[in-house]
Amino acid sequence: MKLPRRNFLKLSAAAVGAVSVGGAVTLTSRAKAAPAWYTKEVKQVFSICENCFWRCGIKASVVGNRVYKVDGYKENPKSRGMLCPRGQGAPAQTYDPDRLKKPLIRIEGSQRGDGRYREATWEEALDYIAKKMLDLKEQYGPESIAFFGHGTGDGWFVDFLPAAWGSPNAAKPSVSLCTAPREVAAQYTFGRAIGGHEPIDWPNTKYIVLIGHHIGEDTHNTQLQEFSEARKNGAKVVVVDPRFSTAAAKADRWLPIKPGTDTALLLAWIHVLISEKLYDQDYVEKYTVGMEQLVAHIRPYTPEWAEQQTEISAEVIRQVAREMARYRPKAVVPPTRHTVWYGNDTQRMRASYILNVLLGNYGREGGFYIAMPPYLEKYPTPPLPLEPAAGGCSGPAAADKEPEGYKPRADKGKFLAKSTAIQELIEPMISGQPYPIKGLFAYGINLFHAIPNVPRTKEALKKLELYVAIDVLPQEHVMWADVILPEATYLERYDDLVAVSHKTPFVQLRMPAHEPLFDCKPGWWIAKELGKRIGLEQFFPWQNIEEYLDTRLQSVGLDLETMKSMGTMVQNGKPWLTDWEKENRLPFGTLSGKIELYSEALAKAGFDPLPKYEAPQPVPEGFYRLLYGRSPVHTFARTQNNPVLMEMEPSNSVWLNAGEAARLGFKPGDYAYLINQDGVREGPVRVKITQRIRKDAVYITHGFGHKAKGMTLANGRGASDSYLQTRYTLDRISGGAGLRNNFVKLEKAPPPKLKSVTQLIKERRA
Amino acid sequence: MARLGMLIDLSACVGCAACAVACKMENQVPAGASRLWIREREVGTFPDLAVEFRPEQCNHCENPPCVPVCPTGASYQTEDGLVKVDSAKCIACGACVAACPYNARFINKNGYADKCTFCSHRLAKGQQPACVETCPTYARVFGDLDDPNSEIAKALKAAKRFDVLRPDQGTRPKVIYLNAPSKKGLTQEVSNS
Repeated sequence: MKLPRRNFLKLSAAAVGAVSVGGAVTLTSRAKAAPAWYTKEVKQVFSICENCFWRCGIKASVVGNRVYKVDGYKENPKSRGMLCPRGQGAPAQTYDPDRLKKPLIRIEGSQRGDGRYREATWEEALDYIAKKMLDLKEQYGPESIAFFGHGTGDGWFVDFLPAAWGSPNAAKPSVSLCTAPREVAAQYTFGRAIGGHEPIDWPNTKYIVLIGHHIGEDTHNTQLQEFSEARKNGAKVVVVDPRFSTAAAKADRWLPIKPGTDTALLLAWIHVLISEKLYDQDYVEKYTVGMEQLVAHIRPYTPEWAEQQTEISAEVIRQVAREMARYRPKAVVPPTRHTVWYGNDTQRMRASYILNVLLGNYGREGGFYIAMPPYLEKYPTPPLPLEPAAGGCSGPAAADKEPEGYKPRADKGKFLAKSTAIQELIEPMISGQPYPIKGLFAYGINLFHAIPNVPRTKEALKKLELYVAIDVLPQEHVMWADVILPEATYLERYDDLVAVSHKTPFVQLRMPAHEPLFDCKPGWWIAKELGKRIGLEQFFPWQNIEEYLDTRLQSVGLDLETMKSMGTMVQNGKPWLTDWEKENRLPFGTLSGKIELYSEALAKAGFDPLPKYEAPQPVPEGFYRLLYGRSPVHTFARTQNNPVLMEMEPSNSVWLNAGEAARLGFKPGDYAYLINQDGVREGPVRVKITQRIRKDAVYITHGFGHKAKGMTLANGRGASDSYLQTRYTLDRISGGAGLRNNFVKLEKAPPPKLKSVTQLIKERRA
Repeated sequence: MARLGMLIDLSACVGCAACAVACKMENQVPAGASRLWIREREVGTFPDLAVEFRPEQCNHCENPPCVPVCPTGASYQTEDGLVKVDSAKCIACGACVAACPYNARFINKNGYADKCTFCSHRLAKGQQPACVETCPTYARVFGDLDDPNSEIAKALKAAKRFDVLRPDQGTRPKVIYLNAPSKKGLTQEVSNS
């Protein structure tokens, strides 16, 4: 039949008697053409996404040994039925022909980095590792082996195994290369962690100030959903960034700050709130200590002074401070996750928390909620000799004491915080100081695309006596290892239960959608089999993972079979928002029991008890400050061999201010090399000529510039920010590695001679 | 009978491409082809800027130029207003690909014209199109434009202004954009001529 030719533009306002379709739309039979997989027998399996560390609950649609589609599901408080692009595209990794398929042992006589391997059985590979570990333990002690890792399985390899083995040198990049400053600052201010799921009460907030926060480019699913909700609910958004980010494109106001001067802006805002008496005096009086010292301290930090530092006008600084005050306590300055910027980052985060406290928003609606952790017992094992040392993005390590007979962590004394700093454990591998580190496990972390100063890391790897990589892909650093263990992907394995502190606390399950492809094994199996061989059998008393999970689930009145049919167990509990005030239960874990504006503990440790402003290192003549961030379709350096995501974004580009591009003679479509202050060259990378960035900085997204020959899609595309970060500035409080004191100049380059991603995908299939 | 359409709120969209990836996976769209893609354009000069993140796909036009040019009747409109391709009838001549002003169609390697179907296989089961379901910014609303009680009709009624792509073509698209960031409406392709 012919469609009535109606003008729908008019129609929208007209009341026409139309057929209402509730539920399924009736379609003609010809219209039902479906993709082939959809018409087969599709099994649905609950799991947890692993394409970033937000860890959304997913439902995988499986046909045989293949997952065709994953979706979020409504009952899961992380995904809530939606997924980001990385989550949607994640299954493609499992079917990547470049995957590691069998255990590999480096050919005897070859050098680390030569990439020459022979296939081995699991038995042989694990025996090889175990023998070396026991030799190293006898010669140098258990602390001579370091354990680095990232991902859901890092619980086995960075927390459990080293603590059972007796090494405090366990570290995660998610700490000192990411969240350490904000977590340490939160401990000194609130006596509480921020935690992996940032507890911002987005839907109820009315005024949001984002400082270097890349929502939209950083597609942490729930956060993006709630940011969108906040805006739909009418929240005003201010974005402070040297770059007109995606978040800035959604903001009511963009403040293009001079890079590295954020603390000056924060101090000036605090100054205005105090000098104009706009802050929440009742909240400050009841719940804080140190206001008197803060009032005296903040006097010189006027908006006029800050204008000189930040290049944001004093008038705008005042306006924004007044607007924040107007909306308080439903005005919030949410902490970013990646906070290791300039080396004085704990103090910047302290300034940001003090500002939030003056707005009276901590523990209140529209501000920070106080998350409740779910209840879940550990599997009963004999007590581990050490406490896990690494901490994580959910907060710092619990203890920093060595029991009798154990060495302290090798980076102890370099900074104040309790958790290890991954980049500070590299030097001992070279110098042998304070004691030798001779062995290394790398689980899921990309050593060269995460830890700054790659030449130093490579030198350290050459000095090791044992280097084991557990991974899914032949990443560059993996192909330096003595033994490579191919792990099953997130769709092929069980992992430990994931317990999330959240508005409503919950526990979620990852279970395999199908058997591992090739000769790959799940992390839990590798840890247990290795444990057996290195005298740690007593710590792995469970027969298999199903028994392990079932036992843990019984502590909350569930069993594994039931959990498999639920995916997520949401527990009772609600966030502390106003209850703590009504009941007069102060949630602050500081020494004073209150929010510490002035930190006596920092003063005692020899640090500034109130945040001071330090000007950033100046940009050398002819250089630009190298800024970096996220692509919405990629996660770190983990997704650049994923065919679906690479088709969406096959490379990064370097953002260059249009005026600078004209001055340097760059035209649209041109390529450049990026050369840093130490002569390290990256690229060629396409130049994005744009109005969206200041003249004193350039920007690239993180994760490109792979140099791994076995990763056919990733290899040689774009530029790596990590390789250009040959320097870092250690934050002496948190142990964080400030990465934004690196500078680059641009040199014209020929376009790279690369086949298109599409062509490579087709060739790989053939 | 319904008149199915889609609203995309550009003030919510961050251009993350979750929709594009979901589409690719759901429909097993071959490498090198897309049924749904994102355009990103900046407007203005530093520091007075805007960015338009704009997902594009088949508009399921009310007056689709791809249908009358089809020599075999493979391209057709359903009673619900979907523009579809019957792959069994299609001879992959490419006439529809050339006729579409939105570049929404491509020739599938299996020998037929291919494009967005609004995930009609999912609709048949009472599900939303994959792009709508996954959108983490709630930018998309799908439904029956003729049903005054549908979310899409209500949203459209409440909107002060809406835009479609290439209105000059007279195609009457049913993918409708709200809240274009530029006051001038949707950004246009830079003409090569």
